[in-house]
Amino acid sequence: MNPIRKKRLYLIGMMVAGIGVAAWLALNAFDENLMFFFSPSEIAEGKAPTGHPFRVGGLVSNNSVKRKPDGLTTAFDVTDNAETVTVEYTGILPDLFREGQGIVALGQLNESGIFVASEVLAKHDENYMPPEVADSLKTAHDEGVNEMQQQVSAQ
Amino acid sequence: MGSPRYFYNVAGKMIPWFAVSFLLTLIAGIYYGLFVAPPDYQQGESYRIMYIHVPAAWMSMFIYMVMAVAGLISLVWRIKITEITIISSASVGASFTFLALVTGSLWGKPMWGAWWVWDARLTSELLLLFLYLGIIALYSAIEDKRVAARAISILALVGVVNIPIIHYSVEWWNTLHQTSSVTMTGKQAMSTSMLIPLLLMGISFKLYYGAVVLMRARAEVLERDRNTRWVRELVEGEMK
Repeated sequence: MNPIRKKRLYLIGMMVAGIGVAAWLALNAFDENLMFFFSPSEIAEGKAPTGHPFRVGGLVSNNSVKRKPDGLTTAFDVTDNAETVTVEYTGILPDLFREGQGIVALGQLNESGIFVASEVLAKHDENYMPPEVADSLKTAHDEGVNEMQQQVSAQ
Repeated sequence: MGSPRYFYNVAGKMIPWFAVSFLLTLIAGIYYGLFVAPPDYQQGESYRIMYIHVPAAWMSMFIYMVMAVAGLISLVWRIKITEITIISSASVGASFTFLALVTGSLWGKPMWGAWWVWDARLTSELLLLFLYLGIIALYSAIEDKRVAARAISILALVGVVNIPIIHYSVEWWNTLHQTSSVTMTGKQAMSTSMLIPLLLMGISFKLYYGAVVLMRARAEVLERDRNTRWVRELVEGEMK
């Protein structure tokens, strides 16, 4: 390679590396703002902002969804399998909302530690499968759980 | 290889192959995707929009990488054909990015409950669309096309940092967008019957890009060499 081309290649390499480092620094500085939501554990650690609305994301706990008497307000627990936050939301929930489903809610914690949401979005995961496969997975899972329970009770 | 005339002739012979194989894989992919692949256990039929959305999103990043590599070669070796490759790819890439954003939005409303959210994946993909549009605008703003090609080469290389950001955004930060279902290594998070049409569509879109970029590059070669003898002879040959 002749020296001029080598120099150009070197300069371009420096440019791209420089921009890469700058982008990395900027993204690190804005890390908290780039988080679309906070997990219940992060809220428990006090990482979530106070004084302005933020989003909480996690799975809807099983058997936690309760309708309030007004028929519009729903209360449910959001968990990341370590910590749990109770969310209250008034309005129409997205189609994918169900127990065990990932959701992201926008709102604020009130004095009693309940997260009052003004918006609830469903978070879809990366799994795509036909209903039969999902059914057989669930059956296999349930059978496994039953077996383990039987073993535990037999001991 | 570097000769515009040679490129013009070879590209002309390659286009029909790309076009025919594009159509065949497109028909196969759409048929498998819409009629053979089973519905999803959670989303039902509406997941099928991914057969456009995912390949379009792949293409938006793939074409940008092609442009960045062509930009590097153009800047270091000053090869005309790679300069032409960048600008011929830009509008195809912009279209795929736009398609990925629109189809994603159409899916997002029923599934997430929102047309648009400012999470890291969606925002960085929108930035990619602006990069494409910026490259197209910069190229058309500069009269001297060799200078213009150098300018967009630099812009394409500056923007290349966005590509890993788009790809890893779903892993580095909490996003509403799900993580990748299809990975080069490891276990696939998508059942095979759904994956096959997706890969077919992915191949189909790449072949489409191949055909279109060659067509556009041929036109660009003709325009740049309009005052040379071989183009005049070619035009006179067509007239007869």
